[in-house]
Formats: sequence, C-alpha cells, structure tokens
Amino acid sequence: MTDQALMALPVSHGLIFAAALFCVGLAGVLIRRNVIFMLMSLELMLNGAAFAFVLAGAVHGNADGQVMFVLILTLAAAEIAVALALVVHLFHWRRSLDMDALDEVRD
Amino acid sequence: MAGALIGIPLLPLLGSALLLLAGKRLGERGSAAVGVGSVLLAALLTAWVIAGFVAGGEPYTVTLGQWFSVAGLTVTPGLHFDGLAAVMTGVITGVGLLIHWYSAAYMAGEEGYSRYFGYLNLFVAAMLVLVLADNFLLLYLGWEGVGLCSYLLIGFWYREPANGYAARKAFVVTRVGDVALAVALFMLVGQFGTLHIETVVDRAWQQTPGTHWLALLLLIGAVGKSAQLPLQTWLPDAMAGPTPVSALIHAATMVTAGVYLIARSHELFLMAPPVMDLVALVGGLTLFLAACSALVQTDLKRILAYSTISQIGYMFFALGTGAFSAAVFHLMTHAFFKALLFLAAGQVILSLHHEQDIRRMGGLARPMPFSLACFAIGGAALAALPLTAGFYSKDAILMNGYALAGGTPAWFLALAGALVTALYSARMVLRVFFGEAVTRPDPDRRPALVVPLAVLSVLSLAGALIPRPLGDFFADLGRGGVPETVHIAVLAMPWLGLAMGLGFWRYGGAVRDRWQDSALAAWWRRGWGFDTAYQWLLIRPFIGLARANRDDIADGLTAAVTASGRAANAGLSALQNGRIRWYAAFIAAGAILTIALVGR
Repeated sequence: MTDQALMALPVSHGLIFAAALFCVGLAGVLIRRNVIFMLMSLELMLNGAAFAFVLAGAVHGNADGQVMFVLILTLAAAEIAVALALVVHLFHWRRSLDMDALDEVRD
Repeated sequence: MAGALIGIPLLPLLGSALLLLAGKRLGERGSAAVGVGSVLLAALLTAWVIAGFVAGGEPYTVTLGQWFSVAGLTVTPGLHFDGLAAVMTGVITGVGLLIHWYSAAYMAGEEGYSRYFGYLNLFVAAMLVLVLADNFLLLYLGWEGVGLCSYLLIGFWYREPANGYAARKAFVVTRVGDVALAVALFMLVGQFGTLHIETVVDRAWQQTPGTHWLALLLLIGAVGKSAQLPLQTWLPDAMAGPTPVSALIHAATMVTAGVYLIARSHELFLMAPPVMDLVALVGGLTLFLAACSALVQTDLKRILAYSTISQIGYMFFALGTGAFSAAVFHLMTHAFFKALLFLAAGQVILSLHHEQDIRRMGGLARPMPFSLACFAIGGAALAALPLTAGFYSKDAILMNGYALAGGTPAWFLALAGALVTALYSARMVLRVFFGEAVTRPDPDRRPALVVPLAVLSVLSLAGALIPRPLGDFFADLGRGGVPETVHIAVLAMPWLGLAMGLGFWRYGGAVRDRWQDSALAAWWRRGWGFDTAYQWLLIRPFIGLARANRDDIADGLTAAVTASGRAANAGLSALQNGRIRWYAAFIAAGAILTIALVGR
C-alpha cells in the first residue's frame, strides 16, 4: 500500500474507523459476560487505538506511530498470555466463564 | 407511756423486718408466731395506752427527734395520741390481730408464708404510723407505706399475671390521689411554713386564701386511697390477693386512711364549705353507684368489695355533712362487720376449694351453719338491721345527714343506698346459703379460723357499745330536730330492702333471671363502665403516645445525622458490587465525561 493510496482517503474516515473499532470493542466488553469474548473485545479496543496511532504517524510522516503499534502489539500479546492463564485457572476453579458470577471482589 | 406509744408501730415493724430478713429459717410455725405475736403485743400495748388515755384524758405527743431541716422547714416528727388516734389504733391493732390470727390458718402450706406475714406486719405498722403521726410528712410516710404494702399483698400470688396487673392498678390509681396529697403538703409548707398537723389545723381558722385548694387536694388524696369516685376502680380488682388481705385492706387499713385524713384535718375542711359539699356529694354518689354494682356481681369477694366502696361512701357523706364523729363511728363498726364478712367468705371459699362464684354456691346452710351465722350477722350489720353495730352508726349518719344536709341529692342517695344495701346483703346470703346445693363443701373448721370469726361476730353485734374516747375532738355541727317521718323512713329502708330481697328470692325467679341478663345489669356489673371509660380516655392515648415516643421523637435531629451517613454508605457500597463489567462501564463513562469536559 503506497502513501498516495493511503492519502487518497480523508483522515477523518480513518479516525471514524478507529473510533468505531474502539466502540465495538467497548460495547463487547460491557455487554458480553463470557470472559473469552470480553478478552476478544478488549483486543478490538487495542486495535482501534493502534490503528489511530498508525494513521497519525502516516499523516505526520513520522515512524513513531508504527513504533507505538508494535508496542501495543507486544502489550496485547503479553496481556492475553496472562489473561488466558487466568481464564484457564478460573475455569478449573469455577467451571464457568461467566464474569458476573465472579463478584467476590466486592467484599 | 411515751415508750409504749412508740412501741405500738415499732413492734409490727420489727416483726416485719425479722420475717422478711430471716423468714426462711423461722419456718411456718415460727413465722406465724412472730407475725401474730408482734401484732398481739401491739394490740395489748394499745389497750394499755388507751386505758391510760381514758383515765388521764389529755392528748399527748412523743417527739421522735429532728428528721431534717432544709430551706427554713424543720421537720421534727412525733407520735400524737388523742381520741381519734385511740379509735384508729384500737381498730387497726384489734381487727388486725384477728385477721393475722385467721391468716395463720388460712395461709397454711402456702408458698411464701413468712413473706406473707412480713408484708402483713409492715402493712399494720405503716397504718399505725399514718394514724399516730403528728406531722403531715410522717403521715405521708405511712400513707405511702400502706400503698406499697397493698401492692405487695394484692400481687402476693405473683405468678399469675392477672394478680400482678391488679396490684399495679391499685398502686397506680391510688398514686393519682397521692400526687394530690403531695402537692397539698407543698402548699402547706408554702402557706404555713410547717407540716405539724395541730399547728396547721389551728391556723386554718384564720382562713388563708388557699384553704379551698388545700382542702380540695386533700380530698383528692383521700378519694384515691379510700376508693371513692372517680378513683374507685382499683378496689374491685384488689380481690386478686388472698382473702385475709382483702379483709385487712377493707376493714382495718388502707381504705379507711382517706376517711382518717379528712377527719384529722376536719377544721381545714370546715373553712372550705364548697369542698365539704363536694365531699358529701362524692360520698353520696359513690355509695349509691357502688351499691348498685354490688347488687349484680357474681363473685362473692367482688360483692364485698363494692359494698366496702359503698360503706366508705357513707363515711364520706357523713364527713361532708359535718357529722365527723358519726363517720368515725361507722368506720369502726364497718371494720368489725366487713372483716367478719371477708373472713367468713374466706372460710366458705376454702371449704369450696377456692370457688368464688356465687352461682356455683347454694344450699350451704345445712353443711356450714356457723358460716351462715357469721354471714347473717355480718349481712345484718351491713344492711343496718336493728340491734347490730351497723344499725347505730348508719342511723347516726343518716339522721345527722338529714339534720345537716336534708333534702340535698346526696342525702337522698344515701337513703336509697340503705335500701340497695339491704337488698344486696339479702341476695348474697340467700344465694350462698339457701336454695339448691350445687357443690359439696368440705367444711374447714380449724379453731384459728373459727375463733376470730366468733369474736368478730360478737363485735359486729355489740360493737356499738364500745365507748369511743373522742371527747370534744370534733366540733360536730349542731344537730337540729329531725321529723318523725324521716326517722321512720330511715328505719324502714333496710327492712324494705330485705323484704324485696326475700320477695325476689321466693317469687321472682323469672324476673331475676331477666334482670341479671339485662344490659343495665351488665353495665352495673362492670362498675358503671368506669374501667372502659378510663381505658379509652387515659390508657389508650397514653400507650399510643408511649408507642410514638418509643423511638424518641426528640432524638430525631441526631438520628438524622446517623441516618444520612447510613444512606450515603448504602449508596456508595452499592457501587462496589464486584461486577467487573460495571466497573468497566463506569471507567468508560468517566473517560467520556473527562474528554467532554476537556474538549469543550
């Protein structure tokens, strides 16, 4: 994908896409009760944010956006590694992946 | 003589202390010996003191020493002995002794035997303090002591909740009068600067402006203690106690205290003629209403209770008309025949295994002729049939009453009351002793039960012959001529009542049944609905107020602070619900809010 092809789209369209991605992810986090789906939605939110970085880097002709993308990517990988370990443990413990059943944090 | 006078109230007091502190170790025989013995000694001492007084003739005072001195009021109480005190102490120790003796047999085998005699002795001691006091404060001490002992003895069988209720009722209702008496004492201190009875009574002639109020307050106090309208409701319920206690309350102690108070301070009452009229009216109304209630009761002891209210009403009527010595005369004869009736009723109740309902009695004349004789004598004296003690005293009241207050409503009520009294006396004796036998009695003829009854029977017949060393203590208002027709009417009333009673008994079966079922009879049976009225007017509003105030309305302000703290806590801890998705939603909402604020 060349710069010209990218620039053929208005910046606002890219930002709207990023925001939409973020919002779909957020809605997923808030609505889904299954912890696997919540984690997937979280990935969507991260990707929305990462897309906004890449777009900004391209607009400004600066590589920092792509650096941030790689950072977010590793962060997401690390996060999902820990989270999936927790999910496995949780399933062993409760035989359920329902987040709402897990309200002991209250006390 | 001085030591002997102090000994009269002291002996029962010591007896009571011994019984209450070491009663368990004395056992039943020891308790009876101490309980009856102390009153016996007090009675002998009283006889000796009275003999000395009659020989010497001069009232005297024994000072007990200074009690306290505060704010210009120095109280040095003493015991004062004069004609009125002689009559009162004679009645209290004499009749009290017989009741103690009877109790020794009546209460045999009861739980709390020594406690019973301890209370009984304390009762007598308090009453003796009341009548011997030369100071209103000491009198008040005895007054309250009598109230306390009545509470303890009415609720003697305290395991039964109803008895506890009756005891509390007696205590609280008489308290209304006691408050008035206490206020009267404060007024006395304010007006005269002393509580010494003789000083106060002497100065009463100077007619200070507050005398009317003072007399009214004393009257309210007397009305409470003597169970007169409108504070009479406690006495019928006071039947919850053992029967000899009823005899003691009705005859020797407690209810006569009000009559004594007015007699003792009669000079003060003479300075307040409207209050005197009120005393007579209270007496007249009470004696008639209570006599009507006695006519329809079905419980033997309640008949006697209402008859006591009625007879005390006669004494109040006499006091109110100014015939003070007639009132004290009737107090004495009433003590004899009412103690006789109560103790004889106790014997009947024991013989019928604690049956008190006259509808389940009848035909007892054959198995229990001695009880019949006691009841006949007591009933005749109550109805004021000639040759009994009650005849002379009631005749004195009605004749003096006509001379002093003839034609007033109170006098007509007293005259009508004499008829109703004879009617209910006849009904009581006939229902219990004649007609068909309903139960098989188990006559109880222990000597300790029979001998006091025999003595009281003699006193009820010949008690009027006992001289009363009143001398010129009472400045009785002059007695004018009484027309012969009035005298005949007074004499005829008891016979008329008796004839009506016999007539209804013999021929009026159907009328009697219809009457007993009528609404009017039911109303009278409930004591003219005074209890119901008080229930609605006083008790329910008070309980409602207490309910409302249980969570202290006044504490609302401080309670509001804690309540708001609790509400905030509840709201905030609701957010802390442990649901991860809620937290996320709040974070998101917070972020949007922040962005909205920053980006504006």
